[in-house]
Amino acid sequence: MAHTASTLEVDSTDVKFYVEDDGHGHGEGEHGHASDGGTMLGFWIYLMSDCLIFACLFATHAVLGRNYAAGPSPADLFDLKLILVSTFMLLLSSITYGFAMLEMDKDRVKPTLVWLAVTFFFGGCFLGLELYEFSHLFHEGATPQRSAFLSSFFTLVGTHGLHVTFGMIWMIVLGVQVWQRGLIPDNKRRLMCLSMFWHFLDVVWIGVFSFVYLMGVLQ
Amino acid sequence: MSSAPNAANAAARDGADHHGGAAHGSFRGYMIGFLLSVVLTIIPFWLVMGDVFGNNMVTAVFVLELGVVQIFVHMYYFLHMNTKSEGGWTMMALIFTVVIVLIALIGSMWVMHHLNTHMMPMSPEHMMHQMP
Repeated sequence: MAHTASTLEVDSTDVKFYVEDDGHGHGEGEHGHASDGGTMLGFWIYLMSDCLIFACLFATHAVLGRNYAAGPSPADLFDLKLILVSTFMLLLSSITYGFAMLEMDKDRVKPTLVWLAVTFFFGGCFLGLELYEFSHLFHEGATPQRSAFLSSFFTLVGTHGLHVTFGMIWMIVLGVQVWQRGLIPDNKRRLMCLSMFWHFLDVVWIGVFSFVYLMGVLQ
Repeated sequence: MSSAPNAANAAARDGADHHGGAAHGSFRGYMIGFLLSVVLTIIPFWLVMGDVFGNNMVTAVFVLELGVVQIFVHMYYFLHMNTKSEGGWTMMALIFTVVIVLIALIGSMWVMHHLNTHMMPMSPEHMMHQMP
């Protein structure tokens, strides 16, 4: 009889522990983070390494950005109005993703998906404008082979565009997962990772429009 | 057993202000961030497109500074950076990255600027002077 009682007690402690861990998720001091297991920090470090890639591309553009090889210069090529519009597309997609996160916090699946779709739409607008700009440049003979300036320009802006593309693919995949399984902890964690990724791309774009477009036109 | 409620309380207190690497924002926070970003985007475009200062150097400095300010706005209001998340490690990673990025950017521009200066085409007389 005594044996059974002690077993029961152990069991109940175990259960308590489990419930506690589950209920409070991330946030038990040093080891805590039971639900994300350090994913957020790991993803942040990935973003920082991505930041280094962009830093190298920015540095390359800083060095080569004025070598036109008697070809077109930024002032000849860039349409700042178009860049302003695409900047706003990205900015709007950032805030709508923020709204999706707020709905996620309230555990409301439908509104989360709707805001994700709106974010996807603005991201698509940004990408469409970028592709339009690139095709326009190609049409004018401003291809990456034309000059060092254009090589570094297309590499930098193209890499950013590629990131946006993959962010949008990720958004579709995640949308389907949320649709099928709801806002389970795994999906919340993924949504938070994509949130960091998406806002990070907006930060990189600030560098692109300030440094490449605006300062390029000034030179 | 008696310590369990205390632990739970502590966890709950922690959980309230600690959300791992990406703390959640509020509607107000996102809107403030968005409005600040809109202003900080429009000003540099206005400065360049309207040629407000009539001096490229001054405009360039303003554009760069507004860009840096906007990056801070995004970091704070959208990425929710703070010194506490993940026990301060996200901030440490960020500071480390910023240092490396600055070294890469400033270093490249500095070195390549000097290289350009020293590799300038010289006039024949100048070359004669330099001959041993």
